[in-house]
Amino acid sequence: MKITLDWLKDYLNTSLEEKYLVDQLTNIGLEVESVENLSADNKLFKVAKITKTEKHPNADRLKVCDVDIGEKNIRKVVCGAKNARAGLITIYAPPGATIPKTKTKLVVAKIRGITSYGMLCSESELNLSDESEGIVELSKSKYQKIVGKNYFQNNNSNSIDLSVTPNRPDCLGIRGIARDLAASGFGKLKNFKEKKIQSKLKQTLSVKITKEKGQGCNVFGSCLITNVKNTESPKWLKDKLISIGQKPISAIVDITNYVMLDINRPLHAYDADKIEKGIIVRNSKSGEQFTALDNKNYKLENDMCVISDSKGVLGLGGIIGGTRSSTELDTRNILLESAYFEPKSIRKTAKKLNLDTDAKFRFERGIDPLSIEDGLNKAALLIKEVCGGVISKIDVQRIEKFKAKTVKFDPNLFEKVTGLVISRKKILKILEDLGFKHKKEKKYLKLTIPSWRPDISQPIDIIEELARIHGYDQIKTIEPTKERHKPTLNKSQKLFHYLQRAIASKGYVEAITWSFTDSKYNNLFKENKKEIKIINPLSSEIGVLRNSIFSNLIFYMRKNLNRDIKDLSLFEIGPIFSGSNPGEQETVIGGLRSGKMSRLSWIEDDRIVDIFDVKKDIIQTLIEAGYDRSKIYIDDTTPNYYHPGKSGRIFINKEKDKIVGYFGEIHPNIIKKIEIKTESLVGFEIFVDNLKRPKKLLRDQKKVYRVSDFQKSERDFAFIIDRNFKSQKLIEIISSVNPNLIRNVDIFDVYEGENIPVDKKSIAINVGIQSLDKPLNDEDLEKVNKLIIDTVEKETGAKIRS
Amino acid sequence: MSDLKKIRDEFLSKLRSKLDLSQVNQLKTDLFGKNGLITKQFKKIGSISDSERKKFATELNNIKDELQNLINSKISEIEISEVNDKLKKEKIDISLPERSISIGKIHPVSQTIDEISSIFSEIGFSVEEGPDVENEFNNFTALNTPDHHPARDMHDTFYLDEKKQNLLRTHTSPVQIRTMINNKPPFKIIAPGRTYRSDSDQTHAPMFHQVEGLHIDKEINMGHLKGCLNYFIKEFFEVDKIKMRFRPSHFPFTEPSAEVDIGYKIKDGRIVIGEGDQWLEILGCGMVHPNVLKNVRVDPDKFQGYAFGIGIDRLAMLKYGINDLRAFFDCDYRWLNHFGFDPLDVPTNYRGLSR
Repeated sequence: MKITLDWLKDYLNTSLEEKYLVDQLTNIGLEVESVENLSADNKLFKVAKITKTEKHPNADRLKVCDVDIGEKNIRKVVCGAKNARAGLITIYAPPGATIPKTKTKLVVAKIRGITSYGMLCSESELNLSDESEGIVELSKSKYQKIVGKNYFQNNNSNSIDLSVTPNRPDCLGIRGIARDLAASGFGKLKNFKEKKIQSKLKQTLSVKITKEKGQGCNVFGSCLITNVKNTESPKWLKDKLISIGQKPISAIVDITNYVMLDINRPLHAYDADKIEKGIIVRNSKSGEQFTALDNKNYKLENDMCVISDSKGVLGLGGIIGGTRSSTELDTRNILLESAYFEPKSIRKTAKKLNLDTDAKFRFERGIDPLSIEDGLNKAALLIKEVCGGVISKIDVQRIEKFKAKTVKFDPNLFEKVTGLVISRKKILKILEDLGFKHKKEKKYLKLTIPSWRPDISQPIDIIEELARIHGYDQIKTIEPTKERHKPTLNKSQKLFHYLQRAIASKGYVEAITWSFTDSKYNNLFKENKKEIKIINPLSSEIGVLRNSIFSNLIFYMRKNLNRDIKDLSLFEIGPIFSGSNPGEQETVIGGLRSGKMSRLSWIEDDRIVDIFDVKKDIIQTLIEAGYDRSKIYIDDTTPNYYHPGKSGRIFINKEKDKIVGYFGEIHPNIIKKIEIKTESLVGFEIFVDNLKRPKKLLRDQKKVYRVSDFQKSERDFAFIIDRNFKSQKLIEIISSVNPNLIRNVDIFDVYEGENIPVDKKSIAINVGIQSLDKPLNDEDLEKVNKLIIDTVEKETGAKIRS
Repeated sequence: MSDLKKIRDEFLSKLRSKLDLSQVNQLKTDLFGKNGLITKQFKKIGSISDSERKKFATELNNIKDELQNLINSKISEIEISEVNDKLKKEKIDISLPERSISIGKIHPVSQTIDEISSIFSEIGFSVEEGPDVENEFNNFTALNTPDHHPARDMHDTFYLDEKKQNLLRTHTSPVQIRTMINNKPPFKIIAPGRTYRSDSDQTHAPMFHQVEGLHIDKEINMGHLKGCLNYFIKEFFEVDKIKMRFRPSHFPFTEPSAEVDIGYKIKDGRIVIGEGDQWLEILGCGMVHPNVLKNVRVDPDKFQGYAFGIGIDRLAMLKYGINDLRAFFDCDYRWLNHFGFDPLDVPTNYRGLSR
């Protein structure tokens, strides 16, 4: 909503300056988005005449124009507009002027080798309208005489752009804003009694609102103005519209616009001669069509509120009129409409038809139902004044009577909610200034809500009004108390936090990617999960919710590899989705590594990152998070996006109740498919929600501390064992031979090949043996030795290598 | 001159010259070997007359000790100098690069969330979370934003079904609803998380982060709201004082509602928070609307309080001098390494939030 201080002064007596106005608007909740200085440079824009045009020697689309700006010297201006031609009267901006739309300051510039002094402007560049096709064409008859004069009238008022919140339709009109300002002490509201139409003529066109379910219109006021002659608007009106960036069109259009901007009363003017046998306001039938003023044809569904005549739909009430009954320059007889449309109905229809108009914007927020006659009076009298003609009496059809709402308000509530004390007198003053009527009822105030405030219905609304007008800055700050009754993070939040930093400490850089992704990538990692489509995605590249943390991560791996960064470790911790209902999501950590270790190192041999790197990362993270390494169990059933032979699945215990993670090489087919160029790509996933919290706190797990100072002995074994036998199992078997004596079991060599049968492998193991109670003698050690060999051979079919 | 004296003088002078280890060892053998001069002298003791023996033995022992000590110190001297010579040859180019180590990084948004949690932890807020996919009720209706409310236009919502029942939450406020439905007042929570709006340009991303705050108790008023936010902003930007402005605004789920601006100025191309006369909008807040409390079955006559919503990405940008929102989610490895945080840098109250 754009306003000017000058226009406000139609309703406000004030000598305060604009800078105070801007602050005060903000203070009462009418946020100032921008203050546009339309006038500072205005004196620079001149009415100018093109005397000659030539094609630009170096550019097909440009012309070099000779421009007469009323001075001796003709200006050379390079211009790209198609309509630039000799004889055209237009608007010229000299070097030094700032173009209102782009805020760029013009300088003398060479354009393709030709020096251009200033520029010829389009309406859009001057913020006069959205018309950006070609430069302004001024009427010869009017402007020929004043070539060289200022185009803009001297207007010192800035255009102030307000962001009006959706609860305040009353502030979509200058008068409403003036009322709020006056209540807050910025000036005094003028007494504005609108003049009334004095007429004996009846409005002869019949108007009927049908009574039906879901009728979106309950009052329809109208009056006929006959014998008008549409013309150009008077200067004061044009200036007003231009001052807030609107483009004057013709008197009738300008006047209805003006009334809308002035008192937020949308009106519609029909060419009365084009209406067949009176107006019927009714619900539409499915299949009805009409061509709206935006020149688009709309197909209607059932129950949209339409203004119609016997021939069919004329327009959508409160949203947009139709071409069939629109006024034109030669229109003689006008029917002026001023109606009340239900916000809900407006919104529903506009949404279905995907229509957005100024009228719709206002009606869906709620127009003052008591402004119907004010609007007609104001507009009709103005039209008569400018266009002549005869006005009829106002006809008002209504199917529902307006009843003012009331609210019972306990003034003590104000202090309770705001912590602010203001006197009863002040409370009443503010409410009166805002248009409330009040009556005392015991400890309550019975307040009658002004008809222009559809947003107010309960005491809390009154509190907001009082606080806002009195000033939020008056509210005293109460320091927070530093006490805590509940832990800040719960157990799973702590785990999340811990895991996140544990992974980062393994060399991974944290990424945050969208929760949605490209189905092309998602399908690679989706397995048999359901695809979850976004109905209205911004683009197909982010059209589905991710089923895997890898879908985005791998995309960004590739992007970074393409930046020629070769050795990458990226991870993300965040949600993945399994369905489109709330809660069908889980928290997952995904990590990917590419390239080599020790690339270009003078001291270490380089090698590609491999599955045992990521295995270390995931296992070490689990250990740090408090899970017992000796209980962690790994098998090789993994999703199809991993290398089938080089990937593993992790459980935190042998019972395998919930999968806590995967690790492995990414399947070579995927790497090929999405054209990732790297020596190696390995990754892991941790399903955070599947991590059962350890029963004991870490601090409780650590209570028992026992170490042995007796001599520790070490024995090496080499077993020839089935190639497919899992070393995890072998370690487990050896460890359990005598848990009291066996301190460590470490595999230090795995060998396949020469001297070993084809389907076998040799595993070399170091076992540390130590007692907590006594020194072990040779005999004791030999016993353990033998037991280890016997058990392994018996349980695994392995043979000790001699 | 006695033999002993002769031996002593002769060897003392020999040992005084520059010798290598083998020469010293030779001298040692010459003196103390099986047939060494000193050894021979010791063998003589038996054949010396009783009256002379004691004197001779004493003198011999003294000379033996003296020479032996001298030889030993000579040997260790030579050894030290030999080791030193050897080490000199082992000198390497210590300016060669160290072995590489890769330390990861924490994303600035994660770090900022931890900072925020740490601040609110001090004043008794606990962290709640909710799902990214929400139903229409929790995201809108319960928050006093019924269907056909123009405020819904301000949220460009991603929907997951044609009936528009399931959606990606447009703000973290539905966590308020979930918390209040599932628990009893009082409530004192913050809820950080991902939020989504179908909006994408230089300053908007389709996904961003918010932190919701909610404090409901019997006597929580707008003064507490001001105090809480004032405290938070001051702590977050780690400045002594802050300039803040509460502007009336409108959100369907709070009333009275406010938008909060903080004062700033630009100094040497960087933004300085807490000084200057420029205003920067950073959050929306207000007293929880009685309709919202009714919707979650909390009695608005007994309980009241405030809620706020802050854009986390925006805060991170301001604090850490990041000027492109979209870069947060673009995963440029170089950017992540530059703006990311060391995982050991856990924001704490006692060590300070940031370094």
